[in-house]
Amino acid sequence: MAQHYRPGRSLLIFTVGIIGLLVWAFLPGERHTPKLGLDLRGGTQVILSPSVTAGETLSQEQLNQTLSIIRQRVDGFGVAESEVTIQGTGSGAKIIVTIPGETSRTVVDQLKTTAQLNFRPVLAIDYGSPQPSTSPTPSVSSSASSGATPSTSASPSTSASPTTSVTPTPTPSPSVSVAPELLVPPIQSPDGSGDFANRFSALDCAKSDILKGSTDDPAQYLISCEKDASVKYALAPADLVGTDIDSATAGLPQQGAGGWQVELQMTSEGAKKFADSTTKLSALEKPNDQFAIVLDGVVISAPSVNEAILGGSAVISGSFTADEARALAQVLKYGALPVALDVDEVQQISPTLGNDQLKAGLIAGGFGLLLVIVYLLLYYRALGVIAVISLVAAAVMTFLVFVILGRGIGFTLTLSGVAGAIVAIGITADSFIIYFERIRDEIREGKRLRVAIDQGWTRARRTILAADFVSLLSAAILYYLSVGSVRGFAFTLGLITFVDIAVAFMFTRSLVTKLGNSKWMNAGSSWTGVSPTRLGVKAATSEVN
Amino acid sequence: MASLSQLGNSLYRGDVSYNIVGRRKAWYLVSAILIVLSIATLGVRGLNLGIEFKGGAEFSVPLAVANDQSVSQARETVLAAGETPSTVTIIGGNKVRIQTPALSTEASNALSAALAKSFLVDEANIKVQLVGPSWGDEVTKNALRALLVFLVLVAVFLSIYFEWQMAVAALIALAHDVLITVGIYALSGFEVTPASVIGFLTILGYSLYDTVVVFDKVKENTKGIHGGSRTTYSEAANLALNQTLVRSINTSVVALLPVLSILVVGVSLLGVGTLNDLALALFVGMLVGTYSSIFVATPFLCQMKERSAENIALAKRVHSRRKGGDAGDDVKPVVAIGAPIVASAGPRQQQVKKTRSRRSGK
Repeated sequence: MAQHYRPGRSLLIFTVGIIGLLVWAFLPGERHTPKLGLDLRGGTQVILSPSVTAGETLSQEQLNQTLSIIRQRVDGFGVAESEVTIQGTGSGAKIIVTIPGETSRTVVDQLKTTAQLNFRPVLAIDYGSPQPSTSPTPSVSSSASSGATPSTSASPSTSASPTTSVTPTPTPSPSVSVAPELLVPPIQSPDGSGDFANRFSALDCAKSDILKGSTDDPAQYLISCEKDASVKYALAPADLVGTDIDSATAGLPQQGAGGWQVELQMTSEGAKKFADSTTKLSALEKPNDQFAIVLDGVVISAPSVNEAILGGSAVISGSFTADEARALAQVLKYGALPVALDVDEVQQISPTLGNDQLKAGLIAGGFGLLLVIVYLLLYYRALGVIAVISLVAAAVMTFLVFVILGRGIGFTLTLSGVAGAIVAIGITADSFIIYFERIRDEIREGKRLRVAIDQGWTRARRTILAADFVSLLSAAILYYLSVGSVRGFAFTLGLITFVDIAVAFMFTRSLVTKLGNSKWMNAGSSWTGVSPTRLGVKAATSEVN
Repeated sequence: MASLSQLGNSLYRGDVSYNIVGRRKAWYLVSAILIVLSIATLGVRGLNLGIEFKGGAEFSVPLAVANDQSVSQARETVLAAGETPSTVTIIGGNKVRIQTPALSTEASNALSAALAKSFLVDEANIKVQLVGPSWGDEVTKNALRALLVFLVLVAVFLSIYFEWQMAVAALIALAHDVLITVGIYALSGFEVTPASVIGFLTILGYSLYDTVVVFDKVKENTKGIHGGSRTTYSEAANLALNQTLVRSINTSVVALLPVLSILVVGVSLLGVGTLNDLALALFVGMLVGTYSSIFVATPFLCQMKERSAENIALAKRVHSRRKGGDAGDDVKPVVAIGAPIVASAGPRQQQVKKTRSRRSGK
């Protein structure tokens, strides 16, 4: 097979390959640099893991829900290129959140919060803030978020209540004095008695922190506000909680009238609770026939109940827009994280430090490469030049693959990845060393240069493949069994091992073969690095001792 | 360079031969002492685990100049914030690093704000790392699992590609490398971080990589020796070691140069950090790895192989042939310790040529 080897063709394929990568990497309108990890450009990385007690299991679906909620929250921060990824499965899974650049220190708390969804019967309702003029029976015409107070019914709503009358509170707000700490959210009370009513009247939604969200204990009474601060509510303990909802979908009613609505499907237990609750509520007067959908202590919506709903499915109708309906369905379905999250690791690195680390990595890499180049040139002379060109080709190829993978599969180059690349310089150079030493061995056997190059390759190839296989094996195992920075390192190492094989097989071998055909190399100058005289062939006996 | 090249020529032909396999007891002794020292140090001092393994919080405050005063200032700030600093250290002359036991995210935010205020730096420039207490356990568990799976797969691969004795010898050399590297960590008190664990795991790959290259040559040299009576298994293996010695030296130099450059650049530019943790583990591990693939793996392999019936028979044949043909030669023809000798090893040289030409004739 050695006789059929055509170095020109390999070289051509390799060059075409490199040009292909080059074009792909530098496609106009795309990013032309590798995607940097946050340790190289600053940012926050949070590793969260589901907190599951022994014996509990976590389904893939729960995990995916958690992931999508976290993703939503991260998107909410509005930082470009933020990422949420998941590694591992089941209770061993890790959710890795990466937010580049300078971020607020409170990010972590906002991320891991489990949003709580509760359905609470409404006890009282009033303006969110004190009104300038008091009319005896104020009426809230609509809640701004939905355009009209939605209602709930088993079938598409037939009797939507366009207005909600507000029960006038017994005491006018100004005369109520309540200690400020009693108005710090969550404003809850175990039994709804005592100063609960006073706190309700004293609350000013516009001045309260309620809308930032807070923990909401479903077993206690709660005072809260509608999310646009227009209406405040006094609410009874929850009849239903988020986990009672099986699914929620936004859609248009089949008759096509009345705008978007949200269809709810309860779990079997939820259906029972919901039937009890709606039976009770539908018999009551306004506003006590309403139930509030409360997410993290904030009222999302408070539909009134027209009739007892027994089947476990319900429709929330109102003049929703498509987006509002979808958002509400999303909240109802995923509002509560299916599982609490533990913070495993938080790392916040300033962009300055990130930049320093990148610089140090690049300098170390460049310096290391330079040292290796000098050594190879000194020892292998002309062959060393080929080794250096091959190393540079490998470096270029690696860079291009980094760029392409950064765009394609979101590969991020981290500091440990840079370290992996620097370490790989040695492993790549070693392939050349194995090959060159084999060629020299063949020459020492007295073979002519061209034969030596051919047979040296046949022998070296086996060793290079076996050794690279071990390298790949360790990289693959590290990658699959680890998280975070170890992964970046393993990926880079594995990737470069492939690059090494490509370069050694397609490029280095061709160049050496080409060079071996030249007159100068065969003339045996000591600068060739394969001089038979220097390798002790002709004057072997006289040269050694 | 030229002299290394000359040495390469002589080593290849067997003109100069280091009797590595024959002196195995000496190498074993060196390794045994190192391993015992490592285990003893590990037992007495233990490893200096980073917060990633213990759980806790770490704050890194960049300053123009960090000195003893900044350390005490940091300590006071942390105490004033109601937390206990476990360690406060100066890093690279321009950073103060404060480690505390595990903090809630709220407490950590408060503390980082307090530090920013105290040192008059922008809070965003303070590097913060919080690690949950279970994280380290998990990292360790994952690393151990990776190690186990790796060892099994490598053993299978080596047994298929070479033979089981080589797999055993390679794994023993591997254990040797990791033990000694970890021992050096315990002795020096360098902090063990996830980056150093990456380093340790890379050593596994590297150590085997090196051993595979040497064993490949041993396999080549020992092929077909049982048909003749010229050379024993150990001698053939020793020749392989000598023939790959230049490669081993070059490879080690080339692999260590970049690692050394990470160490130098890392220390001078960044103080401690991921790069240095990794590079340090690699530097130590690669040195030990090169040593073990030459001085531990191959001698151990020979010891195992020499016990097989066919190799005992071969050794006998070689012995009697040498007695008959060359009275001056002993069973161990090369007796020099550590220093190169010019051996009258004509038969060996011919044997190798014969093997090689037979192989290339295929």
